[in-house]
Amino acid sequence: MALTRHLLTAARLTVVTTVLLGLVYPLVVTAVAQVLFPDQANGQLLSRDGVLIGSRIIGQPFTSAGYFYSRPSAAGAGYDAGASSGSNLGPTNKKLIDRVAGDVARLRADAGGTAVPIDLVTTSASGLDPHLSPAAALYQVARVARQRRLPPEDVRQLVEAHIEPRQLGVFGEPVVNVLLLNLALDARAPRPR
Amino acid sequence: MTLNGWIQILLFLAAVALVTVPLGRFMAAVFARERTWLDPVLGPIERIIYRLTGVNASHDMRWTEYGLSMLAFSLVSMLGLYALQRLQGVLPFNPQGLPGVAPDLAFNTAASFTTNTNWQAYAGETTMSYLTQMAGLAYQNFMSAAAGIALAIVFIRAIAARERETLGNFWVDMTRATLWVLLPVCLVGALALVSQGVVQNFKPYERVQLVDPQTTTTTDARGQTVAATVTEQVIAQGPVASQEIIKQFGTNGGGFFNANSAHPFENPTPLSNVLAMFAIFAISAGLTATLGQMTQSPRHGWAVWGAMAFLFLAGVTTAYWAEAAGNPLLADTDQQSGAMCPGGNMEGKEARFGIASSVLFATITTDASCGAVNAMHDSFTPLGGLVPLVNMMLGEVIFGGVGAGMYGILIFVVLAVFIAGLMVGRTPEYLGKKIEAFDVQMAMLAVLVVPLVVLVFTGISVVSPAFGTSSIWNPGPHGLTEILYAYTSGAANNGSAFAGLSANTPWYNVTLAASMLVGRFLVIIPMLALAGNLARKNLVPPSLGTFPVTTPLFASLLVGVIVIVGVLTFFPVLSLGPIVEHFLMRAGTTF
Repeated sequence: MALTRHLLTAARLTVVTTVLLGLVYPLVVTAVAQVLFPDQANGQLLSRDGVLIGSRIIGQPFTSAGYFYSRPSAAGAGYDAGASSGSNLGPTNKKLIDRVAGDVARLRADAGGTAVPIDLVTTSASGLDPHLSPAAALYQVARVARQRRLPPEDVRQLVEAHIEPRQLGVFGEPVVNVLLLNLALDARAPRPR
Repeated sequence: MTLNGWIQILLFLAAVALVTVPLGRFMAAVFARERTWLDPVLGPIERIIYRLTGVNASHDMRWTEYGLSMLAFSLVSMLGLYALQRLQGVLPFNPQGLPGVAPDLAFNTAASFTTNTNWQAYAGETTMSYLTQMAGLAYQNFMSAAAGIALAIVFIRAIAARERETLGNFWVDMTRATLWVLLPVCLVGALALVSQGVVQNFKPYERVQLVDPQTTTTTDARGQTVAATVTEQVIAQGPVASQEIIKQFGTNGGGFFNANSAHPFENPTPLSNVLAMFAIFAISAGLTATLGQMTQSPRHGWAVWGAMAFLFLAGVTTAYWAEAAGNPLLADTDQQSGAMCPGGNMEGKEARFGIASSVLFATITTDASCGAVNAMHDSFTPLGGLVPLVNMMLGEVIFGGVGAGMYGILIFVVLAVFIAGLMVGRTPEYLGKKIEAFDVQMAMLAVLVVPLVVLVFTGISVVSPAFGTSSIWNPGPHGLTEILYAYTSGAANNGSAFAGLSANTPWYNVTLAASMLVGRFLVIIPMLALAGNLARKNLVPPSLGTFPVTTPLFASLLVGVIVIVGVLTFFPVLSLGPIVEHFLMRAGTTF
């Protein structure tokens, strides 16, 4: 039977190629990656005072007024790095319009009534976006400076020092890493109680 | 739209153009079984595989045997993937102790990955063990892509052949596609991704202390307000890079994590993003040069490439314009793009990608049958979301899935040549092959299968409140688009989603799996029959009446045929979904 013969060949090829591509290949990549790029391969974890406090490239929730806020997040209850997700709200969905309007009202009150940079009031695709646009970080300088009792100019300079330009000058967008910025802020001035 | 955004888009297209000829010639050599520089390493592995599997590498198959082998392999490996998911709870490489996958979801996922769709009704990090991810899902990423390449090569062989019955050996083509084409680029590409920050480990998920612990309040069953403090973040890990790279090169698109290529561990930087997008188009672009090489008409390869590039640019321009214009319903927000702010519609987009890199990715992933996403298509503006949807409806022939894009566009080429023949009143010829009634019948069958499945299942779902519309997440016309997108994505073997739709239900799991299987195999069978019939024909020398397939005129006709077939089929339903939503959004209507 032609079909039986083909099924048998198919089964044998499945087993052989599964070992090669499903086991040997990922194990080889893991071994080489752990030698060449150990930090990146393990998630670029950060620690402070001997305690793991996050990954450099995974966003965290910041909602205290003394910190730069991160973007809103739809991952789990917010920045759940075991359950990445976007909001999936469509552009005409009332839930989206109302959520943004609520955040806009709160943020504008702290920032003298100017329009809010759009990324600060929209959820990211992953819910784990570690970044803000520079505009969204600068927008929060007045509030953070007030809360931390620092001169606004110092805080502004701190933000500007954390702006990461486009890669190779062309690709992507300029960003500020919120976790790194807030850690630098903690190092500069104690957190208000 | 910004100048920088356009530079990113054009640099990308230039990179694809540069890789087309070297990669295409290399593949032509691989499948003609000529010597390549990789032979000293791969030759011995190839021979071991044939010995272990009992393949007679010198046996040539007719189209029927080739198709039967392909179906047998797909069936067996699909059953293997189903079993692996069901049994993952008792198998190794499962540090999170994830249980076996439910039957309807496991069936859906097995169909999804075997057909190169990679529709995901599950969230990777909470459902699949590391073993299932690498030996089940990433494995199928290799094999379904290799099968696609093999089938494209068969079609090209048939066009180049002269009075031949046989078209090659399926097992040999599969093995060589895997070893010579996919594995080398993945080994190099995976390490490049790790250098950018894509994780590659077998550790359990990390627990870290939050810098700013969060207090959340919820209401319990008695109506009391309960405050809970979240002090920890659990960070998912895994062997991601090795899977991520084949997901792109194989135009599979199934993410390791739920957020797919938006997740910082799958796509951490703009450079990893560029590499991903390049990988999605590279092999499919190369195949146009393989077509030119094997049919000894390089200019025909470029004419096909040009038609694809035109449709690509049309799509990305529309999507970029729509997304950069933003959402007028969000009052008091600054959506102007500038040096410090991406602007535009940023809901469901990552800050590091902004608008340009997000719409470019969305266009590419649906031009090809990839389906990976770095932004959430459900949150796109109506016209921004229309572009990925239409790309899939056009049959994913704009470079297209690896192999699938090539045999897909060749079917449209046959139709274009046929229509040109009708216009001048002569028997149409394609590179010396007479196109006759049987050929056109098979081409039409292959073209009509996808719209049939999409429209029938969408129609049933939108009039069934109990199991169809109950899964809708965004009300109004957007809800129709969610369902339409799901079946289009399934039948076209794309795998991206308007992910708000709750698709992990028995109805959607089973009907989407059926769409994927029909959209893959009922396209392949008429395609193979067409190939078998073309191979049998002798070549007719070109005459004055022959329509040349190397000119811009031919490329324009090809574009016209693709667009007319797609638009005529789907315009009515599109006008009720994204198009009406666009006008309602402009008028300030919300749902």
